[in-house]
Amino acid sequence: MRITEHPILSFKQGRRISFKLDGKTLPGCEGQTVAAALHAAGVSTYRKSPQLQRPRGFFCAIGKCSSCLMTVDGVPNVRVCITPLQEGMEVQSTPGKGCLPDEDPVPAWPWPEHYADRILETEVAIVGAGPAGLSAAVETTGLGAETIIIDENDRIGGQLIKQTHMFFGSKKQHAKVRGIDIAPLLLDQIEGSKARIMLGATVVGFYDDKVLAIVRGGEFFGLRAKKIIMASGASENMLAFQNCDLPGVYGAGAVQTLMNVYGIIPGNRVLMVGAGNIGLIVSYQLLQAGVEVAEVIEAAPRIGGYQVHAAKIRRAGVPISTGHTIEKALGTEKVEGAVVARVDESWDLIPGTQRELEVETICLAVGLSPTVELLFQAGCQSWYVPELGGHVVAHDENLETTVRGVYVTGDASGIEEASTAMLEGRLAGLCAAESLGKKAASGKREEIIDQIRELRAGPFGEKARRGKEKMSRETWSHVQQKR
Amino acid sequence: MSNKKGNILQAQELAKQIPAVERLKKGPVAIIECIEEIPCNPCVESCPQGAISMPGGLNAVPILDWEKCTGCGLCISACPGLAIFVVDLTEGREQARVALPYEFIPLPQKGERVVALDRQGNELGPAEVLRVQQGKRLDRTCIITIAVPREWALAARNIRRAER
Ligand SMILES: Cc1cc2nc3c(=O)[nH]c(=O)nc-3n(C[C@H](O)[C@H](O)[C@H](O)COP(=O)(O)OP(=O)(O)OC[C@H]3O[C@@H](n4cnc5c(N)ncnc54)[C@H](O)[C@@H]3O)c2cc1C
Ligand code: SF4
Ligand code: SF4
Ligand code: FES
Repeated sequence: MRITEHPILSFKQGRRISFKLDGKTLPGCEGQTVAAALHAAGVSTYRKSPQLQRPRGFFCAIGKCSSCLMTVDGVPNVRVCITPLQEGMEVQSTPGKGCLPDEDPVPAWPWPEHYADRILETEVAIVGAGPAGLSAAVETTGLGAETIIIDENDRIGGQLIKQTHMFFGSKKQHAKVRGIDIAPLLLDQIEGSKARIMLGATVVGFYDDKVLAIVRGGEFFGLRAKKIIMASGASENMLAFQNCDLPGVYGAGAVQTLMNVYGIIPGNRVLMVGAGNIGLIVSYQLLQAGVEVAEVIEAAPRIGGYQVHAAKIRRAGVPISTGHTIEKALGTEKVEGAVVARVDESWDLIPGTQRELEVETICLAVGLSPTVELLFQAGCQSWYVPELGGHVVAHDENLETTVRGVYVTGDASGIEEASTAMLEGRLAGLCAAESLGKKAASGKREEIIDQIRELRAGPFGEKARRGKEKMSRETWSHVQQKR
Repeated sequence: MSNKKGNILQAQELAKQIPAVERLKKGPVAIIECIEEIPCNPCVESCPQGAISMPGGLNAVPILDWEKCTGCGLCISACPGLAIFVVDLTEGREQARVALPYEFIPLPQKGERVVALDRQGNELGPAEVLRVQQGKRLDRTCIITIAVPREWALAARNIRRAER
């Protein structure tokens, strides 16, 4: 299960430690998450669903779907995919919906009187330390604004930490640099004296007067900021088919995390669902990790991703079947196979075309949805714009939302790529700092906007272009109606 | 966008990327198998001869000036799409040489007999590894040069190690 040699990555194995699963001692390594250690130990089922007793494992591996809830050291419903493994940890499958222990291992929920003295203050708060959040911090700190960056992961970089391939774009957006090498470059550009990075901290609430509620290691506190930049990224989409909830059906980002961050292969033979860029890239990365990709299927009549990405896996012999969908996953406790079939022009399954594939993992690369729940709580106006990945928050050209002083950027503002996320991050950071009275070099804002325009100018940027236009139109007509 | 129905670039779609026979006979030359308008341009910046251009800007399809190209291969590992190959069909040589980007392990050794694969991953037949380039500048995208029968020069795009 463990990757010992890799053409791009070298895995430093952490100190060997042990932990307990339902009383049984299992081996693990420092630096792993509980989910990664469980997977490495061959455990894919974490609990049973409360109603139908269906087996549940992880799906997204980035803390966004709640498929991986377990009881850890007595605390029920912990997302084990983002919980760092510790020596002697007691992990149990949560029975039913889980209930809080009598003896509360976490400090009591703070009542308002305690709350007041636990509110930190800053000029700018940035939620998310992915390419968008880090780039925003480059601008805010560069212009002298005191900035706190919060991320629930235990390392910076967001999705970048698993992208072993070289990036597209131009030199200005770090083209030809591998994704994994970009976060340190961005960190270097952040003005250290003005920045604080808070890792392993989850923002769980957005309250009036721009106060963020934060949970970190069982502690709960508030953070009041003059400006808030949401760079919370996106979550992986699910696809409905028979048995789609079986452990072994994983999101593409989860497969990437397991393989490229923790050096653990998701399974020996994989079916990839979706031939957009992510499906194609992750297929290639699976091959690099020594995993067999049985087939890539895509319901649309053509490959959605770049031809150059498709060519890389085709010349390695991986078939790409367009006009195909998955009918069901096979297996009872975990995935043992899949049934795929052809679809007609209206994407309906053509009976009699079913084929069975023997696979251990079904990887879904069927799109992402912006993570915007906190902005809904903040009262930001939102629209449904399929071109941008679903529900998005209305924002103007400076990425400011309908709640003044609150900005949205990167995948959270609409699904695109890391290159646009970095530029949008810089734009939001610059505009937030300027609205605090800091002075940016003249023409810098326009230059960033021009670069974003250039990236979106081609046929592959059309969807984002259309989406952003639609979002502005909706917002504008809404504003007019209100007047 | 070109025809991408499941299968990958066919020879006819690539026709524009392939130099005339006279140029091919003169010596090594790059073949850029990137024909979509994607926002990307490291190839342009990588070429010391200024042989690659994108007149329409970042989203344009790269255009190679075959007369300027020396076949040095510097662009191969600069291309994030791993879409550039250098083909050497120098007149008079018995075999053709193909230099291709390679990001798998274990790397083949110089002199090793490998299997040449085409764009769909089908086996063409045996090939000999002439050169294995790696190093810091290549940033983990190695360049493998293989010798193949001349008629495979425009088809061989990948290798498989024979023993595995
Ligand atoms: C498989 C794959 C391949 C890709 N390939 C490319 C490519 O080749 N080129 C390219 O340009 N782009 C690529 N992308 C897209 C790119 O990774 C994303 O567009 C980019 O990472 C978005 O950046 P972001 O900063 O908006 O979000 P993210 O990178 O997702 O970062 C968001 C961060 O916010 C944190 N966060 C979210 N909510 C909270 C909260 N409540 N509290 C605390 N922290 C929170 C998360 O932990 C995360 O670290 C790829 C994406 C995937 C999945
Ligand atoms: S092979 Fe050398 S000269 Fe030819 S295009 Fe590539 S970098 Fe330029
Ligand atoms: S660098 Fe490669 S993928 Fe990018 S435009 Fe040039 S040839 Fe195409
Ligand atoms: S939240 Fe852990 S797998 Fe999605």
